[in-house]
Amino acid sequence: MTTALATQLLEVRDLTVRIDGNTLVEDASLHVAAGEVLGLVGPNGAGKSTLLRAVSGVQPTEAGSVHIEGAPTTEVDRRELAKRLAVVQQLPEAPAGMLVSELVLLGRHPHLGWFERESSRDARIARDAMARAGCLELEVREVGTLSGGERRRAFIARALAQEPELLLLDEPTANLDAGAQAEICELLRTLAATGVGVLVVLHDLTLAASTCDRVALLAAGRLVATGPPDEVITTEHVARLYGPTVSVLRHPEDGRPLVVPTIGGR
Amino acid sequence: MNLERADAVADTPSIWARLTAFVRPHPVIGAALLLLAVALVAITQGAADIPARTTLGLLLDRLPFVAIEQDVPATWDRIVFDVRLPRIVAAGLVGAALAYSGTSYQGVFRNPLADPFLLGVASGAGFGAAIAILSPLPSSAYGFGWVPVFAFAGAIATVVLVYAAARSAPGSASGSGGATLILAGVALSAVLSAGISFMLLTGGERAQPILSFIFGGFNTASWERIAAASPYVLVGAVVVALHSRVMNVLQLDREQAAQLGVNVTRSTLIILAGASLMAAAAVAVAGIIGFVGLIVPHSARMIVGWDHRRLLPVAALGGAAFLIAADLVSRTLLAPEEIPVGVLTAMLGGPFFLYLLRTRRVDGSRS
Repeated sequence: MTTALATQLLEVRDLTVRIDGNTLVEDASLHVAAGEVLGLVGPNGAGKSTLLRAVSGVQPTEAGSVHIEGAPTTEVDRRELAKRLAVVQQLPEAPAGMLVSELVLLGRHPHLGWFERESSRDARIARDAMARAGCLELEVREVGTLSGGERRRAFIARALAQEPELLLLDEPTANLDAGAQAEICELLRTLAATGVGVLVVLHDLTLAASTCDRVALLAAGRLVATGPPDEVITTEHVARLYGPTVSVLRHPEDGRPLVVPTIGGR
Repeated sequence: MNLERADAVADTPSIWARLTAFVRPHPVIGAALLLLAVALVAITQGAADIPARTTLGLLLDRLPFVAIEQDVPATWDRIVFDVRLPRIVAAGLVGAALAYSGTSYQGVFRNPLADPFLLGVASGAGFGAAIAILSPLPSSAYGFGWVPVFAFAGAIATVVLVYAAARSAPGSASGSGGATLILAGVALSAVLSAGISFMLLTGGERAQPILSFIFGGFNTASWERIAAASPYVLVGAVVVALHSRVMNVLQLDREQAAQLGVNVTRSTLIILAGASLMAAAAVAVAGIIGFVGLIVPHSARMIVGWDHRRLLPVAALGGAAFLIAADLVSRTLLAPEEIPVGVLTAMLGGPFFLYLLRTRRVDGSRS
């Protein structure tokens, strides 16, 4: 049992986060395998982002542990951790005047020694990361001039330049139009196909169902269900957590869940 | 408006455009050349009427393997090497230290207005220095040995207080504190300046040197002071320079920096300590000179961009050139009267500050 779990790329055990006496996440346990996309879904304020931040190590936890390939992250040096786990925040900031290529090259930081400058190898890895994230043509653009979708790709490329085994993303599709949302999700699938484990917070249940191998449904800080999308995103769960104005249909061809609002009985 | 002329202007690049086109690929060399040119002009100017050729000859004569025979009075030699040169070196050292520390504060706080003067660090250092002057502590071998130590203590205490105030302010969770940082610095600076004035007024005869901290300037510059302050500047500069790439990562928000493997709190404190050490040494040499750490880093950033590995050396060289030039103006404009150089930089810096307020968001001009 333990040996089987130890082979998981990411394993979160009984994680609890409390801030000022409020429980934001309680006893959350989940795991992500290499090449797998796990979606973290749930209503607003469920604690999805908090859980993601706790996994990445920037949010102090009260109880529980996070393991990467069996090793507790609290015992891994933060630079070492940054080589294995990369994060794309929801609204990451970059200074005015920074080019996309420069931003992506910053992703090499954990790999560089104290006095080391970025080598041609680092530049090549950064270019490769931009190519994988589909933003190579944005190389010489300023980050501040990018559209929402382009900006997301630039920060995903920065994360990929860390050469991580695990990628955490907080709502990478927020504020994007339907086409850009689908493109980002397609990109996540492509990255997972190369062996990267992906843990992604998604707001849109239909999008999560189409993108993720498994989804974890979080409500009020607790995991309600974890499993394949069609087992977790059910009429019962959705009605209970999102209210009666949302219903779950099935895709006529492959049966995956489609979550649609029912407004005025329609 | 003459249309033909407007076309001609559009076709041929302006002098400024040509200059930046030359300097852009080699910004450090460009800044070094600027510093050399300013220093050479400055050394030929002064109250004593020594021909520029003679001054340059005296300088070249001191270089190894160069011998220039000149029949000049011995006083001229002393004026050049014991009056003008220490003053220029002191102005260069202080200008470099202020611009370097300003760049460091701005980098770590991600706030283009974080200047040693506006943060209250300069007043903190002046306050510490005033205490050292009034205290019965024996002065050490360097003549003012305790002054830089107390100045550093005052500077670091001030920056930590200001930072803590800005971080605990509502809505500053992301860490830079924005306008609050500067407001806290200005408020604390007012308190500390009042404290300095109080010590000056009640300290009697021995408090007189404090006056020179209030009106920053180089009329008391000497090789001894330069020798006493240089190690502090050097240590501070090395400490910050070792963190230049970390400062680049810190240009992203704190959370991203942490996720890229940076120990944000530790790096921030180390960089603040290095920057404060330089600012304190600058105050110990020349008193409180404002806005150099605001004007110079901003100009350097417009030329070389945000990468601190280029920005820091360019700002240091530019700061040295800027303050040598400002000091030159301050001692020649109304000669034989001297305008304290701190008054001059404030007259330039105040409007520059207003310009930055107009063109940039105070909370860091994020994109």
